[in-house]
Amino acid sequence: MLAASVSAGTVLALAGLGLLLNERAGVLNLGAEGMMLVGALAGYAAALHLPAGLTIVAYLAAALAGAAMAALFGALAIGIGTNQYATGLALSLFGVGFSAFVGAGFVDRQLPERARDGLPWLRDLPVLGTALFGYHPLVYGTLLLAGGIAWFLFRSRAGLLLRAVGESPESAHALGHPVRAIRLGAVMFGGALCGLAGAYVSLAYTHLWVENLIAGRGWIALALTTFATWRPARIVLGAYLFGGLTMLQFHLQQRGVQIESHLLGMLPYLATVVVLVLISRRAAWIRHNMPASLGRVFRPGT
Amino acid sequence: MLRLAPRSAPSRALTLAAPFVALALTIAVGAVLFLALGHPPGRALALFFLEPLRGGDGWSELAVKATPLALVALGLAVCFRANVWNIGAEGQFIAGAMAASWVAMRATESSHAYLMLPAISLAGLLGGGAWAALVAVLRDRWNASEILVSLMLVYVAEMLLGYLAYGPWKDPEGYNFPQTITFLPVTQVPLLAEGHRAHVGLFVALGLAAVAYLFLFRTYAGFQLAVGGQAPRAARYAGFSARRSLWTALLGSGVLAGWAGALEVTGPLGQLTPHLPVGYGFTGIIVAFVGRLHPFGILLASLLMSVLYIGGELAQSRLGLPQALSGVFQGLLLFTLLACDALASYRILRVPAQRAGAAAVPS
Repeated sequence: MLAASVSAGTVLALAGLGLLLNERAGVLNLGAEGMMLVGALAGYAAALHLPAGLTIVAYLAAALAGAAMAALFGALAIGIGTNQYATGLALSLFGVGFSAFVGAGFVDRQLPERARDGLPWLRDLPVLGTALFGYHPLVYGTLLLAGGIAWFLFRSRAGLLLRAVGESPESAHALGHPVRAIRLGAVMFGGALCGLAGAYVSLAYTHLWVENLIAGRGWIALALTTFATWRPARIVLGAYLFGGLTMLQFHLQQRGVQIESHLLGMLPYLATVVVLVLISRRAAWIRHNMPASLGRVFRPGT
Repeated sequence: MLRLAPRSAPSRALTLAAPFVALALTIAVGAVLFLALGHPPGRALALFFLEPLRGGDGWSELAVKATPLALVALGLAVCFRANVWNIGAEGQFIAGAMAASWVAMRATESSHAYLMLPAISLAGLLGGGAWAALVAVLRDRWNASEILVSLMLVYVAEMLLGYLAYGPWKDPEGYNFPQTITFLPVTQVPLLAEGHRAHVGLFVALGLAAVAYLFLFRTYAGFQLAVGGQAPRAARYAGFSARRSLWTALLGSGVLAGWAGALEVTGPLGQLTPHLPVGYGFTGIIVAFVGRLHPFGILLASLLMSVLYIGGELAQSRLGLPQALSGVFQGLLLFTLLACDALASYRILRVPAQRAGAAAVPS
């Protein structure tokens, strides 16, 4: 149960961290769902064609695919300044269609069995062995990444610049910083992490590809950035919490609790709404934490 | 080095031409896509864009799909003009269909069509409106993002639909298929012509387009809504209520999506199944944008988008291509349209390299 929650949460955490970074730069990319789907498919397709030891290349392919999708968004929303909401929506709709279309040939193809996750020996320790050391490498990678992003944002000069771009692109521009290049970089990084998160779903979590595999996780990850008031540690925490909620439904079913599976299936989505309401209730607090230029188009020289 | 410079006024020619340029670009990308897949692009594109227009049955099927798309998009146009981002029309569509089914299942042999049909439509309106009202309450009262809430409620509506179709509403004589009873003929939306599936919902959509036009461009409330969307501060200064705009926009779009759901389930489908949602709510977003958020533009755009829907079905049955192809085309169309729109108000300038450095320094 705990292991499964952490696993389910890692998907949300990875995507959420990526989205956090590009939102800190002032760009709201609603295309998370599409980027995750395309990443999931790219990783799956690569893994099918690669020998088992090279799974890392499959993850790399997924990250690249996610970044490419994000670059498409960036070219429009940052390059020529289209509406970020509409462009992000287009990216999601496009990603859903594109991944279903290209992925149709992969639906019945199974991945070979994977080796057991975790650190050898350590995971066999009694009591806490599996709970601490029995995970997929990306689970640990995500934690490291969260620390890295926190350090980058709040302790490094480059991170300060990124936040400045998100708070006041006009000032950053006036100081001679390339606002749009920084935003594009942040968006592509976000896309890469979303792609990675997608591949984690298809390669490590479900081991298969079906149409619409991500099933709204991209949107939940987007909501997560708001819940976490744009802070990396809170993203990870929130993600595990949601992972737990998703797992709770399977757990209850296994226990034979007599609730219809469809009703239980609503749980993560309803929980998202409830938490969103609880957090957003204090409008001033959200405004205080939100990158001030989030969602606004920046055009130099206007 | 390229630079964007604002035009003094949006180019009128480009604004009007944008949907057509976008369509041409989409077709071009589609041709490349077919070529890459090893299908002769000419034949595949003809199948996609021309074949759906052939014969009376083709036009009837186009109307069947264009009707819900137009209804959904008309509501969304009001929403987007008010800068309210309701992207959960799919959920409101399902809620409307469920409410309408609840009424339709209660029909008996002695029911009268002239009572039944208005009751079904009313249920659809209320169902969709209620689903959207949830979003409005959470946004209005607790400031929760309408984008995320409306989208999450799509998944909830899908689950609820599954629950009803697999559980309490399942037809006891339906061989355990997840579907309700086939509704009695008295609940059937009147058809336009015998033997074709097109129904009077088409006139509902046409009528509502006129109503939406009058509301948006000829009423004070519509004006307030548009000002609130484009210049919230100006609207506040003028004393226009942002809350009233929010509620109008969300209820309006929810009600229309719900009505579309009611017409769908008592029209072409005739029973409620988990296969009801085919993405009209999401495609409606694209229809709204391609139609320039204008009611009459939306009527044309819904026709175009239903060509893409049917083209996708044909590509599946005749070429063995996945139906998701229509989704690819729809996404592409929105991308290219947004790009064309941006270029209607901005022009690309070539700046010589040495001046580019100077241009970066603020003046």
